[in-house]
Amino acid sequence: MWNDLLMGSPVYLSAALAIIIILVDAFSGKNKSLTFYFALISLIAVGILSAYTMNMHGQPVPEGGFSNGMIAYGGISAVFDILFVIAGILTLFASQSYMRAQNVERKEFYSLILFAVCGMSTIAHANNMLILFVGIEIMSITFYIMAGFFRERFTSVEAALKYFLLGAFATGFLIYGMALIYGATGGLLDFEAIGAKMLTGNVDFLYLRIGFALLIVGLSFKVAAFPFHQWAPDVYQGAPTMATGFMSTAGKAAALAALILVTKAMLPSNFDPALISDKIIEMTDFTTDAKWLIAIISALTMLVGNISAVVQKNVKRMLAYSSVAHAGYLLMGIVSNSINGWSGIVFYSMAYMFMQIGAFVVVGIIEKNDGRMDLKDYTGLSKTNPMLAAIMGIFMFSLAGIPPFGGFPGKYMLFIAAIESGFTWLTIVAVISTIISIYFYIGLIVYMYFKDSETPMTEKFGFSKATLTLVISTIFVILLGIFPTYLIDLVKGLF
Amino acid sequence: MLVDYLPVFIMIALGAIVGVAFLFGSEYLGARRSTKVKQSTYESGMIPRGTARNRFTIKFYMVAVSFLIFDIEVVFMYPWAVQLREIGFTAFWAMLVFIVILFVGYFYELKKGGFEWD
Repeated sequence: MWNDLLMGSPVYLSAALAIIIILVDAFSGKNKSLTFYFALISLIAVGILSAYTMNMHGQPVPEGGFSNGMIAYGGISAVFDILFVIAGILTLFASQSYMRAQNVERKEFYSLILFAVCGMSTIAHANNMLILFVGIEIMSITFYIMAGFFRERFTSVEAALKYFLLGAFATGFLIYGMALIYGATGGLLDFEAIGAKMLTGNVDFLYLRIGFALLIVGLSFKVAAFPFHQWAPDVYQGAPTMATGFMSTAGKAAALAALILVTKAMLPSNFDPALISDKIIEMTDFTTDAKWLIAIISALTMLVGNISAVVQKNVKRMLAYSSVAHAGYLLMGIVSNSINGWSGIVFYSMAYMFMQIGAFVVVGIIEKNDGRMDLKDYTGLSKTNPMLAAIMGIFMFSLAGIPPFGGFPGKYMLFIAAIESGFTWLTIVAVISTIISIYFYIGLIVYMYFKDSETPMTEKFGFSKATLTLVISTIFVILLGIFPTYLIDLVKGLF
Repeated sequence: MLVDYLPVFIMIALGAIVGVAFLFGSEYLGARRSTKVKQSTYESGMIPRGTARNRFTIKFYMVAVSFLIFDIEVVFMYPWAVQLREIGFTAFWAMLVFIVILFVGYFYELKKGGFEWD
């Protein structure tokens, strides 16, 4: 039992600390830094435990025990945990200076980060559809609050309300899909059991198809994929900038972890040779249809996200649309449905987290408290704040997927994985949409370096905790771009 | 097979009969003194017309949240208490954890002044 407890410790510890931080918050009165440091130490502790349990994935999930086999251990879940923890720490540093610059520092934000990390690690560790659902709900409800955190501002409240109403609706699809899959497989909730049942082909295909489609609808909403992306620009623009950075990276990675879990179990590639032939035909029909469904969603998401981003004048909204487009790239890994694709997702989520949070931190620094977020506000940034402009330039190049930055190997892995699985057309669409995306990423750099305006930015931005986030993000974006093999080999060995 | 459900059907029928009986009973036997207030939609509530975008006091929200804390607790404790002998000590500790978590929420509300009504 104790071994069981240790192996699942990132989930349990993050949940326990999230509850304790409420008490810390209640008792610390006006002292805001106590909550901040408690959240920081908690995140670090969860990160250390995840790193410690990473190699335990080979061990069988014990029957009975503490979690009754509902929690998956180690391996890729631990890598996702580390991703969430790093995103949490980066957001924590940046949000303190951001909220101080906006004159609305409230310590609840720090506890919310911890709650979100708890929900997301529950998703990554889910071995059961109910645990997955609980994790998605913990994460989503925290994000609704984070989006509306600036409660005196109309845009923030609008973002929270839109996100909540649409998110609650999408959750309905998700749970209905789970219920139909439960019925179609004859009462199974465990992913491993569902995977085994799928291999025998002994399932009800009509309900399985409807259930799978509904599940994809629910999860597509959470990753902001094409037909369900309409909430993303408004919510990402209205929410506090640091919350947007956190939601659009860690939240997306968590939803993709959920997609990996679901598709890994439900779209098996090697069938039992003893299967009756008509069952085999039905099974292959289902998996091909499912892959095509996700491939079409992925292609449209990339195109719509990038083309909409081209016409944006507001940098935050532009990054929101680019985040939609990145959901499309990441879905290519799901389409390929192979270890290469999944490790591509993990790698690209990691690189994307650094560059997107970094870009949002720069937006947050320039935004100050008068909401300057238009492209023309960035003119002349290279003259007044050369470091800031250079760092923003690195993030933009990386987001566009230009080597030697972290975005390039990630994109490369996902494109290769899609080609390997026979979706060459999807890669062509992805390359075309990447070329479209270069227009607006480089456009921002043009504004920062090559344009002069009548009212250039005059003030200089000093050192704060957000600088730490920027430095860490920049270093990792470059490291992941130059030495990608370390992370890739690590991840591939863990599936 | 279907006979097993007979008690359920009897229960549904009884419920329907009692409900309808009370409805018509009060209609025919009761006194009828209709006033303007009595005819309104919510007899002792708010006026149902006008703009919905009024401000109203945050206390309603606080009452709802406090109600949730205790209500959820009781809803889960009833079946737990009935079945405790069969499900044993695991369930006891699980419920203890659950109550502690809810208690943390209650304590937070208390500390943040959620119960100071004025």
